[in-house]
Amino acid sequence: MTDATVAPPLIEARDLTRHFKVGGTWSRKRLHAVDNVNLSIRPREIVALAGESGSGKSTVARLLAQVYRPTGGDILYQGRSLASLHTRRQRLQYRSDVPMVFQDPFSSLNPAYRVSHGIMRGLKLHRRELNHAQRLEEAQRVVTAVGLHPAADILDRYPYELSGGQRQRIGFAQALAYRPKLILADEPVSMLDVSIRIGLLNVMVKLREEENVSILYITHDIASARYVSDRLIVMYAGHVVEGGPTETVLRNPKHPYTQLLLSAVPDPQAPLRVDVETGKGEPPRVVDPTPGCRFRWRCPLAMDECFTVTPLPRTLGPDHEAACHVATADPAEAVAAAASDAPATVDSGPKSADA
Amino acid sequence: MPSAPVPRRPDVQLDPSPGGGGCLLEVRELRVCYQTARGDVVAVDRVSFDVRRSEFVGVVGESGCGKSTLLFAIAQLLSPPAEITGGSVAFRGQNLVTMTERELNNLRWRDYSVVMQSAMNALNPVTSIGAQFRDAIEAHAKYSDREIARRSVEVLEMVGIDPIHLKSYPHQLSGGMRQRAMIAMALLFTPDLVIMDEPTSALDVVAQRALMVQIKELQRQLGFAVIFVTHDMSLVSHFSDQLLVMYAGEVVEDGPTRTVFDSPAHPYSRGLLDAFPSIHGPRVPLTGIPGSPPDLAQPPPGCRFQPRCPVAFDDCARTRPELYQVGPARSRCLLNAPAHATTVKASEEVST
Repeated sequence: MTDATVAPPLIEARDLTRHFKVGGTWSRKRLHAVDNVNLSIRPREIVALAGESGSGKSTVARLLAQVYRPTGGDILYQGRSLASLHTRRQRLQYRSDVPMVFQDPFSSLNPAYRVSHGIMRGLKLHRRELNHAQRLEEAQRVVTAVGLHPAADILDRYPYELSGGQRQRIGFAQALAYRPKLILADEPVSMLDVSIRIGLLNVMVKLREEENVSILYITHDIASARYVSDRLIVMYAGHVVEGGPTETVLRNPKHPYTQLLLSAVPDPQAPLRVDVETGKGEPPRVVDPTPGCRFRWRCPLAMDECFTVTPLPRTLGPDHEAACHVATADPAEAVAAAASDAPATVDSGPKSADA
Repeated sequence: MPSAPVPRRPDVQLDPSPGGGGCLLEVRELRVCYQTARGDVVAVDRVSFDVRRSEFVGVVGESGCGKSTLLFAIAQLLSPPAEITGGSVAFRGQNLVTMTERELNNLRWRDYSVVMQSAMNALNPVTSIGAQFRDAIEAHAKYSDREIARRSVEVLEMVGIDPIHLKSYPHQLSGGMRQRAMIAMALLFTPDLVIMDEPTSALDVVAQRALMVQIKELQRQLGFAVIFVTHDMSLVSHFSDQLLVMYAGEVVEDGPTRTVFDSPAHPYSRGLLDAFPSIHGPRVPLTGIPGSPPDLAQPPPGCRFQPRCPVAFDDCARTRPELYQVGPARSRCLLNAPAHATTVKASEEVST
């Protein structure tokens, strides 16, 4: 992203890359789950990372949470590379600063323990300065902060006594207990019922306001991304294809994939447009990819260049980037820009081509 | 997608239905109980609705509202501890509830078929798609090998899958293709009614939309009726003709889809619609519906939605509402009861 931002980024991914080995023991095939991803999250910012399943958005979250080590690239946290965290204390500090909330509230809480167990354990590990009474008080505070009342009663319950929405709130309460700077929320509402989702999205907004945390909200639901996020990043097949302020991206999507994604969102208010290209294609499994745009097979605008040169993110508006050869900065000068931009991307092509 | 005309089975007449009045399926006062250690749980309570030929009926509701149980009850696929304890399901005039297994087997798959929720679990992982098609055909009809092969290719082409995949195993197909294969399988005999249980819930928005458009297109070509269950109300908004909103085992609102979307009569339908953030228009704070659905073993007294209802009044906890006619739709809310007609007006004035 651009450096001309007011606040310095809290966390920054630079050319983040993660490949997985696929196939048998002797296989040399590599699945490119995440390739050259650049993104930054500022303090008190909610960033939505959207994309289809298999687009690499969860892998990005796990890389940021240090579940996986990156194959290439670097993650800077408060200006410091994560690779430079050596001591257990430093790594523990990072984990308490950047906790994760998981997708499935039914399997992410231990059914054998009361709700208080998970929260208290986290507090014991990450906030050693608290004594037992203070921990209890803090546990009640975070449970109240996520909108569960009465806190003492909730803490004494077992997960099976809670509904899905309540459990997911507990997930956020656990993360909140560490006094985090950034919460990585991996599809936190996709398993919940429609009538309960909004409540949880509101909790996320409230946490940002009251607890000053940043949130990386990973989702495939663009409408909910719009509801909570300040910035929207769209991923496709391991690449970031577009990023920018949420409203800007939604009002003026530059990348053909973002346009496809937006056209597919069901909206009861809008009339149905069956003529819109519904895109029967599926996202590619990116095993040992050749250079070129990964959306080219489904793209209505693909041209020759798209098959040979990987498009790099280009700034097309204020804080608005898209990785597309065809997308233009300004519709007025569409033809001219497409012609003049092409050489620039050819020059920088090889860099990402063999990542 | 190939739009080659697909021959209908000769033994099925298109228009004159024994049920009469173009009504394909009549569900009346259907009631399903689960017998549990804590007593009987009524998962589907006095549900009545009609499905006409070539109609698309959407059934929406949250998890645990009984929508899947309702489907299984209609298809006569319930197994203990679930049991139909009342009501009838008349398919082309014949009551499915009282039919023997043998009689049902003559109807299943040929006249009505079911598309299950998760294609990954519903398809057999160790046999090829083609073998599963053959299995289904052989179980319900006597076809020659050539006919089986021809029909299998035909239905796969109908859903836009290359027939080469008859030799593929489920894991070799993507999620969207597996769901399409499931739908192809349900169409093997060109049934009159296809019952779908959240067929798109495992898919991405793009694949989901493509599948919905395809189902609608197939329906237009082949003229089957669809009962489509989903938890995502916005998904069916453009596709269904009739909409049934279920809550805690009951139908709380039913009517033409457009009517329900444009002027929802029941507070729960209103709440569901307000729970969707939109990608167009201004960003407005939404509230969703506070609380969670009731435990069906101990449903709340009176109206079942009353503990979560923003417009509940004293009577709601005492009187169990019926379905009251509101224009072309029906709503199970005391505010829509004829006696409360004036109250409705008053509350609308307050809310606007």
